Amino acid sequence: MHPAPSLILFTVLSGAGFGLLVWLGLGLRAPTGFAAFILFGLGYGLAGAGLIAAAFHLGHPERALKAFTQWRSSWLSREAVLAAATLAVMAPHAASSVFAATPLPVFGWLGAVLALVTIFATAMIYAQIKAVPRWHHWSTPPVFLFAALAGGAALAGQAMLALWLMLGLAVAMIVHWMAGDAQFASAGSTTGTATGLGKLGSVRLLEPPHSGQNYLLREMVHVVGRKHATKLRLIALGAGAVLPALLLLFPAGYMVIALALIAHIFGMLAQRWLFFAEAEHVVGLYYGKR
Amino acid sequence: MNQPAPDLSPKVSDEIRKTTCYMCACRCGINVHMKGGKVAYIEGNRDHPVNKGVLCAKGSAGIMQHLSPARLRAPLKRVGPRGSGEFEEISWDEALRIATDWLGPLREKAPEKLAFFTGRDQSQSFTGWWAQAFGTPNWAAHGGFCSVNMAAAGIYTMGGAFWEFGQPDWERTKLFLIFGVAEDHDSNPIKMGLGRLKERGARVIGINPIRSGYNAVADDWVGITPGTDGLFILSLAHELLRAGKIDLGYLIRYTNAPYLVCAHEGPEKGLFLRDADGKPLVRDRRSGQAVAWDTPDIAPDLANGVEIGGVTHLPVFRHLADRYLSEDYAPDNVADRCGVPAARIRAIAAEIARVAFEEEITLDQPWTDFRGVKHDKMVGRPVAMHAMRGVSAHSNGFQTCRALHMLQILIGSIETPGGFRFKPPYPKPPEAHPRPHAGYAPGQPLDGPHLGYPLGPEHLLIDDAGQPKRIDKAFSWEAPLSAHGMMHMVISNAHAGDPYEIDTLFLYMANMAWNSSMNTSKVMEMLTDTTEDGSYRIPRIIYSDAYSSEMVAFADLVLPDTTYLERHDCISLLDRPICEAEALADSIRWPVVAPDRDVRPFQSVLLDLGARLKLPGMVKDDGTPKFSDYADYITHHERRPGVGPLAGFRGNGDGKGRGAPNPDQIARYIENGGFWIDHIPEEAQFYKPWNACYQDWAVARGLYDGPQPYLFNLWSETLRKFQLAAEGHGHRQPPDHLRARLIETMDPLPIWYPTFTDAATDPAEYPLHALTQRPMAHYHSWGSQNAWLRQIHGHTPLYVSGDIWAEQGFTEGDWATLTSPNGRITLPVVRMDAINARTVWTWNAIAKRRGAWALDSRAPEAEKSSLLNHLIHELLPTKGDGLRWANSDPVTGQAAWYDLRVKIEKAPEGQNVSYPAHPSQASPVPKAPQDMALKVKV
Amino acid sequence: MTSLPEKTDKKLGLVIDLDTCVGCHACVISCKGWNTENYGAPLADLDAYGASPEGTFLNRVHSFEVAREDATPMVVHFPKSCLHCDDAPCVTVCPTGASYKRVEDGIVLVNESDCIGCGLCAWACPYGAREMDGAEKVMKKCTLCVDRIYNENLPEEDREPACVRTCPAGARHFGDLSDPESDVSQLVAARGGIDLMPEQGTKPVNKYLPPRARDALDIPDLASMCEPQTDKAKGFLGWLDRTLEKL
Repeated sequence: MHPAPSLILFTVLSGAGFGLLVWLGLGLRAPTGFAAFILFGLGYGLAGAGLIAAAFHLGHPERALKAFTQWRSSWLSREAVLAAATLAVMAPHAASSVFAATPLPVFGWLGAVLALVTIFATAMIYAQIKAVPRWHHWSTPPVFLFAALAGGAALAGQAMLALWLMLGLAVAMIVHWMAGDAQFASAGSTTGTATGLGKLGSVRLLEPPHSGQNYLLREMVHVVGRKHATKLRLIALGAGAVLPALLLLFPAGYMVIALALIAHIFGMLAQRWLFFAEAEHVVGLYYGKR
Repeated sequence: MNQPAPDLSPKVSDEIRKTTCYMCACRCGINVHMKGGKVAYIEGNRDHPVNKGVLCAKGSAGIMQHLSPARLRAPLKRVGPRGSGEFEEISWDEALRIATDWLGPLREKAPEKLAFFTGRDQSQSFTGWWAQAFGTPNWAAHGGFCSVNMAAAGIYTMGGAFWEFGQPDWERTKLFLIFGVAEDHDSNPIKMGLGRLKERGARVIGINPIRSGYNAVADDWVGITPGTDGLFILSLAHELLRAGKIDLGYLIRYTNAPYLVCAHEGPEKGLFLRDADGKPLVRDRRSGQAVAWDTPDIAPDLANGVEIGGVTHLPVFRHLADRYLSEDYAPDNVADRCGVPAARIRAIAAEIARVAFEEEITLDQPWTDFRGVKHDKMVGRPVAMHAMRGVSAHSNGFQTCRALHMLQILIGSIETPGGFRFKPPYPKPPEAHPRPHAGYAPGQPLDGPHLGYPLGPEHLLIDDAGQPKRIDKAFSWEAPLSAHGMMHMVISNAHAGDPYEIDTLFLYMANMAWNSSMNTSKVMEMLTDTTEDGSYRIPRIIYSDAYSSEMVAFADLVLPDTTYLERHDCISLLDRPICEAEALADSIRWPVVAPDRDVRPFQSVLLDLGARLKLPGMVKDDGTPKFSDYADYITHHERRPGVGPLAGFRGNGDGKGRGAPNPDQIARYIENGGFWIDHIPEEAQFYKPWNACYQDWAVARGLYDGPQPYLFNLWSETLRKFQLAAEGHGHRQPPDHLRARLIETMDPLPIWYPTFTDAATDPAEYPLHALTQRPMAHYHSWGSQNAWLRQIHGHTPLYVSGDIWAEQGFTEGDWATLTSPNGRITLPVVRMDAINARTVWTWNAIAKRRGAWALDSRAPEAEKSSLLNHLIHELLPTKGDGLRWANSDPVTGQAAWYDLRVKIEKAPEGQNVSYPAHPSQASPVPKAPQDMALKVKV
Repeated sequence: MTSLPEKTDKKLGLVIDLDTCVGCHACVISCKGWNTENYGAPLADLDAYGASPEGTFLNRVHSFEVAREDATPMVVHFPKSCLHCDDAPCVTVCPTGASYKRVEDGIVLVNESDCIGCGLCAWACPYGAREMDGAEKVMKKCTLCVDRIYNENLPEEDREPACVRTCPAGARHFGDLSDPESDVSQLVAARGGIDLMPEQGTKPVNKYLPPRARDALDIPDLASMCEPQTDKAKGFLGWLDRTLEKL
């Protein structure tokens, strides 16, 4: 799949934002006044920035409101509804914390649950897609959840929590990669099944339908070199989870947390790039790209 | 459930205008949907005899051709050097004045110094008529580099060949063999026919080095080595003869198989024994005597001859059997050469025999033959064949095509149900065609039509010294039966001044500076070459085209043509008709929209020019133009009294084939969907050459002026006459250097010999054959200016077999250098296993010169494409005798494109632009738009 | 509505005959022409005359090569467009309801005025049947010519998809695959029509007819079983004499 910067930014930033909101909603950290303004601002800001980034991915952002209608069947619609609901439900809690120095735990708890489900919904947008076997696996949501919660915990300054979540994230990523590497084969789609010609012999693309470029190739066929992928996995694992975890072992301080966060976000960008770039869509079988 | 309700019955268009497609040479009927006066959508015309509603990719993309950014906008006068593409736009007045000033004095002094050649135009009977009036012998169209071998071999053997001449009986055939096809020739009818065969589960056998297109759907594929089809066919004949699976009754009744061949040494040897009336003799089995072939109640012999004066004269069939029963043609002895296992040849021969003789078709349709014998049914052998350029474009192509026609005749399938059927005005034997003419004189029209079918050396167009009269040397000893001319030799000969120099080269719709020439890079040099005084060696070039092609850049004067939707045309019975086996048909084009540029239909311009030059037939007695435009000509011109360009709606509107000009004729065609059709009576639909009912019908329709039944020429006396000349008989004698070749190649029975290139090439140095194929979605160079079609085929990878892939160590993304004795090209490589292992191929005519066709100079057509043309010379390698030996068939002069041999190497690392990379030509049209998203808004 | 209907009244779809398709791309272009002029936005071509042209096509023809043991390789031309799946994943993922499957005939459509151009449906489709238009930024797909097949402005015989109408070889068939008696269902039954990527669980409506056996001509040496074989040319002449006597 094409690693679109808008989607990479969206999933990483809004993930961290909603992760932060989970912890703020749960009251794990209950800031008030200016601190609340900063933290809630950060949560809302990241979530919002992510959503704006996502809007760049849309052909018609002006029609985005229509995306709230199909929550019964569509994970993307659910995500939109949940994200909006999270931000709305969390608002009284946030406003009250900032302006009245009085958290409203009911709204906070409810908001936290919604934020968590929002992150899950984001993951499910990808995990539901059977045509991308690497994504279509139970190990996809844990990566998104751990990443969001770990980043959120770090943002919330919860060093120890963040440390454990970073370790969880590391495990989730490794499991996702290992499972993912076998997913395409186990999904059973081959050029033979794609064309129905498999019974006749071994099938190979002779000529693509057009010598020119097309949307499908740009959007869904992206080939990453194995060496390149291994390097990026190490960066994702190292910078995204292991290094932050190590940093968080040091006594908590803004500097340490900031460094851990920077490393984490950097690693997550690498992870998310790979998440797309390594994911092979079965349509590649029709183009001799596998 | 609540779901959107789209408009399920939108208005499709304001109006449908029915005309004829021109996206390739098929001439399908199209419905042009108009919205707000603009072309909105094009689909096939269901009523049309050619395509019956279907339409290919090119046809449906016609709208993008009509809107091509490469359309020329006004007449152009060259201001930069030739080839640069630097022009200024001028008025039509000025353009026509220039042309008149050039051509007028030429006609008065030396009309032969105008060489007028046209490419894929469909008005050859008109342009030929114009050239005849002008008086130059130097006119022809592009048949010489297309498929003249197929056409001429067909005419000489049986009075017609494939495509416009005839078609398989798609509804009845049970076995279909298709040899080396160019997929734009008769493309929709062949696809439709294949579909009909597939519906019925009939077997299709494809004989082609490459298994693409039609060969991909063939039930059986024979990946033959290029240039060996003739040997393969004769091996099939060997097997059929050996098994006695031939139709003797058919051969006796309808062919010259029983004719006795003179065996006396001397000038008659190899000609038929004839009686005092000139009638060929056959041996009557009952009396044992030689009697005239058409004596009633005889039993012609095929096996035994007659002895006269101690010499035995054998029938044609005996010669034929003796030759092909030879072990030389046994499958085991041809298998290696053909690249086809012997068992496979035997199996295919057996299948032909099985279907022909065990699945015989009988129609309960009485008919009467030309001898007056009544038959109560029509018996057919349901084996049909089709072939085109793949077998044709070789230096052994004529004889290969003869062999193919002979094979069909041996099993008795020509013009019988389930076999091959002629389309009127064919069948038409060589005798019924004109002879070629080249008698020119200052200020005079030519003494007759340019092209035709010589029946012996007496019809060659040579002067007393034996020198060719035509610039292309057609109908000379070098190519005696070049029935379509030899357009591919014109520039080369004109540049060399061989046989003489010319003044003006006038070309129409022929991209001779690029994909329509062999040896493209050199041709560009010839067009720009100068003499010592700095003037161009070919002094003047006038060119007409609708688009900014490569050739435009080399013209001194450009006359911009319209697109096919902006013009009148007639698809005439006098020309290349659209008839069906069971119907006579012709059609028109008419301007469904007016041009929005300062362009004019070429044929109207030619009439204007003709009137300015006061050419006979183009001006009235008072010197004013006789025809206001081409439509006027189509309506009012008469070739013979009552016979004009269009056969339908003549006279008062009821005239079929014959009748006075009808001023409303074009309107009636438009009313009728752009075409006219007249069905052949049931009784006349088969056995046409011998069917009395057909012959009478053809006379009534103006196809013939009297019945002309004839027998098929298994043995060709015409060919034998050239051999006799080469053996020293007769007063017209070939030059000595051609004698041996004439004797070898003009055999009166089909033969096979290695292509000249194969014979002259060291297989160790150039081990591979290289072919081009035309993609089904493109036609010549036109497709690349079409935004839709160029996305399908925008570059030309070189397809190589798995063997070559492994040998050269290719990996995906590699490029190869392909080298012939004539040059080299580089291309990206792609692996293809369904290919003759020693053959490589690429797409034809996709590659473009930078700056042409309004394409971006970085277009893949320029950067990742090349032409095999660069590797093919119009001449054979020099033989040290100082002579220029054409790389053509020695009988017809057909360009031997497919004889090419090459070697392949991996291109150096980092290669990513194709070689040769010619410098850009300036574009005479504005830059093309970036994006297209057309919807006609009303 | 992006929920799939429980059941559709008909299952209109295509049956594509891989035994017959010659790969001419007629269907590709006729589709391009009709759908540029009709349903929704025109199908754009970006960089139309440039170095990297990229247009929207709702139907494309691929070519595959099949290597076989002990037989010559086959080439199969393979047209592909939307399969109008019963269990269309492209529909259920749509966040706006722009994608839907029609209850009356099962055609999967995009209501372009509701499409936000998120591209998720194209991801969900295993077959590559959906393409985002480069100019309009809405999702385009085969409509099965829903604006032809019921179009009262067209003559009855033309009420079929443009690709079917134009196919020169007759390799494309259109009909109701829910009716076992329909021509298309009969064809599928007779020729062993198959689904593409059945493992994806999409239950395509469109079916493909596999190529018939290739290169199976296996006839022994006919000549050896026939009379003239006996003694080369001499035997042939004897046969010729006898046969001519009989004529």
